[in-house]
Amino acid sequence: MQRIINFILSRRNTFLYLLLLFLGMLLTIQSHSYHQSKYFNSANWLSGQFYSISGGIAAYFDLKTENEKLLEENRLLYEMLGSREEMDSLLLPEEFRVYEYIPARVNKNSITSYRNYLTINRGETHGIEQDMAVVTPLGVLGIVENTSQGFATVQSILNDRSSINATIKGRNQIGSIKWDGEDFTLVQLTDIPKLVPIQKSDTIVTGGMSSIFPPNIPIGVVVDYELPKETSFYDIQVRLFNDMSNIRNVYVIRNNQREEILNLQSQTEDVE
Amino acid sequence: MLNNQISINVTRFILLVLVQVWIFNNLNLLGYINPMVYVLFLYWYPLRQNRSVFLLVSFALGFVIDIFSDTMAIHAISAMTMAYIRPLLLRFCYGNNYEFQGFSYTNTTRLQRITFMILLIVIHHLIFFSLEILSFSHFVLILKKVLFTSGISLLLCLLFSSLFAKPT
Repeated sequence: MQRIINFILSRRNTFLYLLLLFLGMLLTIQSHSYHQSKYFNSANWLSGQFYSISGGIAAYFDLKTENEKLLEENRLLYEMLGSREEMDSLLLPEEFRVYEYIPARVNKNSITSYRNYLTINRGETHGIEQDMAVVTPLGVLGIVENTSQGFATVQSILNDRSSINATIKGRNQIGSIKWDGEDFTLVQLTDIPKLVPIQKSDTIVTGGMSSIFPPNIPIGVVVDYELPKETSFYDIQVRLFNDMSNIRNVYVIRNNQREEILNLQSQTEDVE
Repeated sequence: MLNNQISINVTRFILLVLVQVWIFNNLNLLGYINPMVYVLFLYWYPLRQNRSVFLLVSFALGFVIDIFSDTMAIHAISAMTMAYIRPLLLRFCYGNNYEFQGFSYTNTTRLQRITFMILLIVIHHLIFFSLEILSFSHFVLILKKVLFTSGISLLLCLLFSSLFAKPT
């Protein structure tokens, strides 16, 4: 017994190292299989406050360009409003609207990692929940991953775990948008069969098959595609409309029918 | 004397975390390079101290940075591993000299110090990016990231270490 204790004591650093390594690996691997750890992310109180300050300072520096972007967005919305003859869907009472938009500001953004996350300054108190869509006026940005009282982290479209339902505008084939970790301006559209005619400069938008994103939200434009010999699906390179390195004002989209859809789907699966 | 050393290390800890998450995590050089300068903590940490404390402190340093950059515990693992193998690297670079009482970085050659720094940074980055990407099919991507990020990190670390060198 004495010798065992002596052995452990003489090697205590190695044991401490292995213990900490195990702990770290546990945290890392566990979040690989599912979501990020609930507590150790940048939406927590301390880092949330920290990024809220730094984001607030940074926001002042691009007030001018952000204002221009918002003006441009308003112009687009006014044009859509003017060209619309029937206004009935806009006049729906609030409780019947399927999609609600919650404005938010990005406090922290990253693009260099293999799994990028953003932190926004809206959280549970503002009605943000996991798996809500996050978009900018230009296009898709990501999906809410974790929430705290006042903040939320967003899984960026530039994340190897992100998979967003997408389609080529004007056609109905559904594929999914993934990211290979190489270039922060390019994402890949997969699962589009080779029967579909495709051209460079086709626009890619979100498909309607997801309970997260509303259909027809722009994502990007096709810059390159090829058909590998061994498969019958295209490899399509899509250039994002968003400049991911410069994101400030975003909208979080709540789908009021999501719960109903998920309930229905789980019921159907249970029957099988 | 001891208190002084503790307060220096605590200040260093806080400053390096702030500098890392506020400045260097947002550099995005060429779209994918974010140097990791907090490795300097492992370089500067006093040589003859309790190793267990050193391990715990480096784990904590990495973990704080992890929380800020949403990277689970990858920084923590790589920083702690470097802390664990630091004596090995020290022996490799300086021979058995480093175990003597009077040893300090100031009476070693510049080449030795740079070799030590390179080893620290490259191994740290290798562990970090392998864990971050965690897939053999992206081997080239890992190597590319390690190579370029290490280069920039090394440059910055050498700069910082000469800027804040102790006057002797």
